[in-house]
Amino acid sequence: MSSERRLWRFHGGLHLPGHKALSNTEPLDIAPLPARLVHPVAQHIGSPSEPIVEVGEKVLRGQPLTRANGYVCSPVHAASSGTVVSIGPHPVPHPSGLDAECVIIRTDGHDSPYEGFPPLSNYQTLNAPALRARVRECGIVGLGGAAFPTAVKLNAGVGMRLLILNGAECEPYISCDDSLMRHRAVEIIAGAQVMLHALEIRHCCIAIEEDKPEALDSLEAALKRADDPRIEVTRVPAIYPEGGERQLIEVLTGKQVPAAGIPADIGMLCHNVGTAAAVARAVLYGEPLISRVITVTGHGGAHPRNLEVRLGTPMADVVASCGGYTSEARHLIMGGAMMGFSLSTDAVPVIKASNCLLVGSPEDIKPRQQSMPCIRCGECAQVCPAQLLPQQLYWHARAEEFDKLEPFNLFDCIECGCCDLVCPSQIPLTQYFRFAKSEIWARERERRQSDVARERFENRKSRIELAEAERKKRLEAKTRALKKSGSSAASKAVIDEVMARVKAKEAAAAPPSRHEDAD
Amino acid sequence: MLTAILAVSGLAAGFGLLLGFAAVRFRTEGDPVVDKIDALLPQTQCAQCGFPGCRPYAQAILNEGADINRCPPGGEATIRALADLLDREPKPLDPERGEEKPPAVAVIDERVCIGCTLCIQACPVDAILGAAKQMHTVIASECTGCELCIEPCPVDCIEMIPEPTTLTTWRWPKPDTSPGTTTTSPAWPKA
Repeated sequence: MSSERRLWRFHGGLHLPGHKALSNTEPLDIAPLPARLVHPVAQHIGSPSEPIVEVGEKVLRGQPLTRANGYVCSPVHAASSGTVVSIGPHPVPHPSGLDAECVIIRTDGHDSPYEGFPPLSNYQTLNAPALRARVRECGIVGLGGAAFPTAVKLNAGVGMRLLILNGAECEPYISCDDSLMRHRAVEIIAGAQVMLHALEIRHCCIAIEEDKPEALDSLEAALKRADDPRIEVTRVPAIYPEGGERQLIEVLTGKQVPAAGIPADIGMLCHNVGTAAAVARAVLYGEPLISRVITVTGHGGAHPRNLEVRLGTPMADVVASCGGYTSEARHLIMGGAMMGFSLSTDAVPVIKASNCLLVGSPEDIKPRQQSMPCIRCGECAQVCPAQLLPQQLYWHARAEEFDKLEPFNLFDCIECGCCDLVCPSQIPLTQYFRFAKSEIWARERERRQSDVARERFENRKSRIELAEAERKKRLEAKTRALKKSGSSAASKAVIDEVMARVKAKEAAAAPPSRHEDAD
Repeated sequence: MLTAILAVSGLAAGFGLLLGFAAVRFRTEGDPVVDKIDALLPQTQCAQCGFPGCRPYAQAILNEGADINRCPPGGEATIRALADLLDREPKPLDPERGEEKPPAVAVIDERVCIGCTLCIQACPVDAILGAAKQMHTVIASECTGCELCIEPCPVDCIEMIPEPTTLTTWRWPKPDTSPGTTTTSPAWPKA
């Protein structure tokens, strides 16, 4: 039940205009089936999955197209039935705009289901590993945007106390979780129950920001019907970036997740409400993750709304099913206005992490002005929800002094963009932090590679030295044996003996070769 | 007088023994400074610096006063790191040693390869696989891009292919905030 839980406040943050009414006034629609589905093999955090289908193969809705390739990995499933037409590079939603390996399906329109995942309606009789295996084989990942494999997160071990379902959805423009909570509240509650069972804990808190009263009502009604005393719905104030895992945990419990730690370290687990609904569908109906709710919004789209879309649907089809572009459309952004990134083409597909497609008009997305020198006003440090010192980080990132960034906890930056927004000098701080992070990772990668090369080089050197030493030893032994046999006469006898042996061998070899010549 | 001499010699002998023991007991293997320099070098083992590998170059920097700007694969970043470590002035890369190139891996044209094993012998990290009169191939993940296999190949079937950028190796570019440029941020809410 909705309880008057004591709430805390996290450091910094901003009150931002939500722009959510643009998309959340319409009911949740289901997008039509596209002619082509593009399934990238890497849609999650972790190693890319490995295709297990071949070009020309017929696949069914929900059939696995790839298999997990490592522990932190997740398979991808066909979102509808059809024929695999190609496996190869295709543009994918990524800030780089690069192509990546995709399995492309031409749909047949029948949408015939795959029967490989029987519903586990008796999940209460199953143990945690069996439930995790189901979540894993159904390709469930975090649907809040980070796409971390859910099965890995559910394997948190003992000592967990609280499951938090994150329905805060604090970022401007995005309303997909709001829409899901309004229209699929029963699934979310069922997902919470499955997760509680899998985690063997007894307390779940569903957090919703106060600007979503309809979602709150709908979840409370569903909870009343489910009558589960383990679950409560909590209204939290609307502050950006409260939907960040660490920020939400602090608001709900007053506890801080340690730097470089994870929430499980303090007994908490945080999942998106959409993930909970996906878990419920995977376990109760045997349905792999083949669709998600996406917000199509911004003044560049004719008819902004929330849609349930098959994963793999090209963004162009998604926009088309929302009435197409208006003449105002200038920017295509996946994610929200704060943390999203520009797409270079609308050929990229909807992936598991696509929570929002923002078709921005010049009014929605204002170009950044000329940036000026930092005046050390300290505004950025006041709004930073991770309690970092952005100006200090900026200083070192700009000078490319990467070793000095880690003592300032660069890796605790959640890239929320609050510092960018308040900076009076218009410095693109978050971009600097992303640049510094990826440089540090690249250097780390290079260092690992050079360690391997060093080891191989040393091994080769010692192998060659060993072989050389052995050769020398053999030579020495021979010389010694020769010397031991005494005078030069004796050594001559040895040489004669060897020569005689060689001659005999030649004589033996000669007749057959002459015979061959005669032929 | 005698007591003083005895006391001082006694102390000297005592400390001498202690130091002698420590020198044996806490002996450091190898040269820690050479290790530190070696750790900064890219381990391409290409010998473009004029020394037969990265470690010999590290030793030469420390012991023979070799310049720190002789490593083309490491480029400017390595020179800066070395300058930092050794407290020397960073200088531009010595053009005689070659130029900084994007990372590449050797690829053998397998239709042309005659199986002479010369490249296998040249490879400093054993990244080429093959046997006499059998086709050879490069283990791409182990290749350091040193180019040492190119010259010995009698049929010129080895080519250096730059490594393509993938989603995992892609890096965010550094923001360009030089005067006159206005960056269009990917994301700005309508305030």
